[in-house]
This record gives sequence, C-alpha cells and structure tokens, in this order.
Amino acid sequence: MSAGPVIRVRLLVATALVLGACSSQNPAVESESGELSGSAVVFAAASLTEAFAEMAEAFEATHPQASIVFNFGSSSGLATQLVEQGGGDVFASADAVQMQKVVDAQLVRGEPRPFVRNHLQIIVPFGNPAGVEALEDLADPDLKVVLAAEQVPVGRYAQKVLSKAGVTVNPVSEAGDAKGVVGPVALGEADAGIAYATDVAAADGAEGVDIPDELNVEATYPIALTQEAAGNPVAQAFFDFVLDGEGRRIMGDFGFGAVE
Amino acid sequence: MSRALSVLVRTAVALAVALLLLPVVGLLLRTPWSTLSSQFASPVVRQAIYLSLVASIAATGLSLVLGVPLAWALARWDFPGRRLVRALTTLPMVLPPVVGGVALLLAFGRRGFVGRWLDELFGISLPFTLGAAILAETFVAMPFLVITVEAGLRSMNRRFEDAASSLGAGKWTTFRRVTLPLIAPSLWAGSALAWARAIGEFGATITFAGNLPGRTQTVPLAVFLALETDLEAAITLSVVLLAISLTILVLLRDRFLPR
Repeated sequence: MSAGPVIRVRLLVATALVLGACSSQNPAVESESGELSGSAVVFAAASLTEAFAEMAEAFEATHPQASIVFNFGSSSGLATQLVEQGGGDVFASADAVQMQKVVDAQLVRGEPRPFVRNHLQIIVPFGNPAGVEALEDLADPDLKVVLAAEQVPVGRYAQKVLSKAGVTVNPVSEAGDAKGVVGPVALGEADAGIAYATDVAAADGAEGVDIPDELNVEATYPIALTQEAAGNPVAQAFFDFVLDGEGRRIMGDFGFGAVE
Repeated sequence: MSRALSVLVRTAVALAVALLLLPVVGLLLRTPWSTLSSQFASPVVRQAIYLSLVASIAATGLSLVLGVPLAWALARWDFPGRRLVRALTTLPMVLPPVVGGVALLLAFGRRGFVGRWLDELFGISLPFTLGAAILAETFVAMPFLVITVEAGLRSMNRRFEDAASSLGAGKWTTFRRVTLPLIAPSLWAGSALAWARAIGEFGATITFAGNLPGRTQTVPLAVFLALETDLEAAITLSVVLLAISLTILVLLRDRFLPR
C-alpha cells in the first residue's frame, strides 16, 4: 500500500496541471454577484487527506462555483515540487522545516500560519496481535516495524520520539509518507509502526497505542498561500476557511489539536 | 496529397523523437557532473545499484526458468483453458504495478492465503525481503519474456525439428540442439525486455517488498525517496540507471538481435 496512492494522486494532479496549462488559463474570479468561482490547487501533507477532503466538501458547499484540487503527499516531496515546478496555490505542511524550504525560495505570500497540532501514536493491527504496549517493545528484532523515512516529517518526528525514549528500532521498511506506515500495519503484514494519531484514527484495521506525553512530540502544521495564489480569490477564501471557525471544527473532528 | 501525407508523417516522427529525447536531455542538463563521483561513494547509492542488479538479474533468470516452459505450453500444447492462461499471462502488463503489489501481498503476505501456509509450514515470510522484490519484479517482467518466446516458437520452421527426430534425436536433444538455437533471437529479446522491465520496476516492489536501504531499496525506490529532499541525488541515481540500462540494451542489441 505504501507509496502507491500518493503517486497516483500526484499523477492525477500532474495530468490536471498539464491539461490546465494547455487550455487557456482560467483564473478564479469573483463574478458581479459576488459569487466565488474558479479553482485553487492545494498541496497538503498526506496526514491531512481525510480532514481536507471534508474541508473541501464544506467549502464547496458554501461556494458552489468554486472547486478545490488537492495534491496530497509527503510535505518534503510537496515542498520539492513547489520549489522545482510550482503549481500550487496553498501549501499545508506537516512541519515547519518543509514550509521553510518554500519560504526560503521566496514562494510564500505573506506569512505561514500554524493551524493545527498533531502527535504520534504506535500503530498496530486491529487486536494488537504482537502485544505491543510501549516504545521499548519496538526494539524487539522479531517484531516487524514500519517507520517513515527520516526525509519526511513523520519519520523525523518518530526518530525524535525514539531517541527521547532511548530506543533503537531496525525497521523492515521505510515509508515515503505518513500514510505509507498505515497500509502494511492495517493489512497485518507489519506488527507495528509509528504514525500520527489522526492517521491511526482514520485507519481501518488498525488501532493505536499511546506514547506518553513526555516522550511524544507536538507536531505543528503551518499553512501558507503561495505567490501563485496572487489574484486567486478561491485560494484566499480556502486559506481563510481553514483558519476560520468551521475549518477549525472540521480539523477537531478528525482529531487534530487546535493552535492558540 | 501524398506530399501532404509525407509532411504529416515526418512531423509525427519528429514529435515522437522529441518526446523520447527531451526528458533525457532534461535529466542530463540537470546532472551535477562535478559531484557525480562523490555521489557514488555514498553507501545508499551503491547499495541501491547493487540491489537493482541482483534483483533484476534474478527476476530475469526466474522468468526464463518458468517462462520458457509456459511459452512452450502456450505455443505447442492444446489444452482446455489455454486462452485463459494466455490472458492471465498478459494481465501483469496491463495491471497497474501497485495493484499487482497489493495482490501479491494478499496472496503471499503473512496473512495472505498462500503466505499463511508458507509461514506456518516453512517459517517463510516474504514481505519486506529481497525475495519479495525478486518475486514482484518477476511478476511484472515475465509476461514480456513469455509473449516474445511464444511468438518465436510459433514463427519458427518446425521442419527442422521433424528432421531431427526422424534422424533419431530424442525430444530433449531436439529441443536443446534444434529448437533453442532457432528461437535464440526471441530468447535474447524476451530476456532483454523482461530485464529492462524488472530493473525499472517500482510500484509492485515498494508495495510488496517495502523500502529499506540495503535490503529492498532498489534504484527506482531510492530515486523516489531522494526526490523528497535531495534532488541532486535523485538525478544522479536516475542517470546511473539510465546508463546501465542503455549500455546493456545496446550491447544485447548489437550482439544478439537481428537488425
């Protein structure tokens, strides 16, 4: 399950971008009636998949003429894409490091705004067949553990947690994004992994084991408009929507913590 | 009219060549030539190249051992369900590799209906091993070999086989001394195609075998992960894969394939 869906989504987006580029640009506009119309491309961390899908539905219900196109993937991959080829109006990253790459390339419009918090959990197949109870258990060489690669935010966070706990894990596989940890565990092919609590909650066939607060990390997600969003009211409206009351409520429904 | 047609065809040819050539040029223009050698010193790069070669060669070998008999059966035997088997043979060619990987996992994974028995009876667990990478590559690559060899078997002149057996040669001797040399070009072409498909394999491998540097991370997987942070490393690995593939394919083509 690892990287597949992500790649497919990327291809879809790439195709959409190519098609969009071929047909003459169709920028979002505000019609005379004040009705918002057009579309915005949102690059979002894989861990935001479910919450943002719901977000777009709520947004499009409010603005029937507007549409949101997503490109989900690892924040690091998305940041590279934005810097190399652009194509996104909004970027929601799982950590500040990847957002900073885009800021450094002077592609961000205004300031990134922190909008949600997340933390990590140990993910195990439903019923926890290997009886994993704590981080120390992950050091067992007979246990098949999947971690995210250190290049991506959730992998970096997981390494932080493990080093705080003084546990060394030899994973059987390194996933390319947050969702890539969930697949093999939910299928029962891996015994455990370290994932965002929100991804554990969204997964079928898997459950979570809590990591104590003193060992856990607080992952703060920033969101920003890119320079490409200039003159695109849909991008601005979606950005505001995420930060506003209903957006916050939706993120809370999916288990994300609020940012004061 | 014919002049217009000729212009049209030439334009199509030029566009086709451009489509194939421009991405390669793009890759070469961005290649960090000055740091290329230092990239080779990186253990991740070397391990990925080593694993790619091992897995793709093993997959090609497995495809030959299993695929040649299958091609023979499809070309020479008349059995019920032959059309079904042939359709099954081409299935991995049209199936998205990621789907193939999921299917492999559901069959040969620890909880798969075959994998469960492998685990219980022999203690073999395939996912996340090099064996899984080889199996995944064989799954997607073998059809290319089977189809090419079957076509070779069908188009060869069977009178030579008849002559050999009428002169007293046994079935095995006939196959080894007459049939195999006659279909050698298809064997080489099929092997080259299968190998090329195997070394570029990504989706089924990452799904079924996972991604671990030094164990299952082949070059395409390493490129995918390097794209996350280190574009230079990704480009270097891509150029390496391109060079290896081109060299081997050109060698094969010059030595064994009719032109």
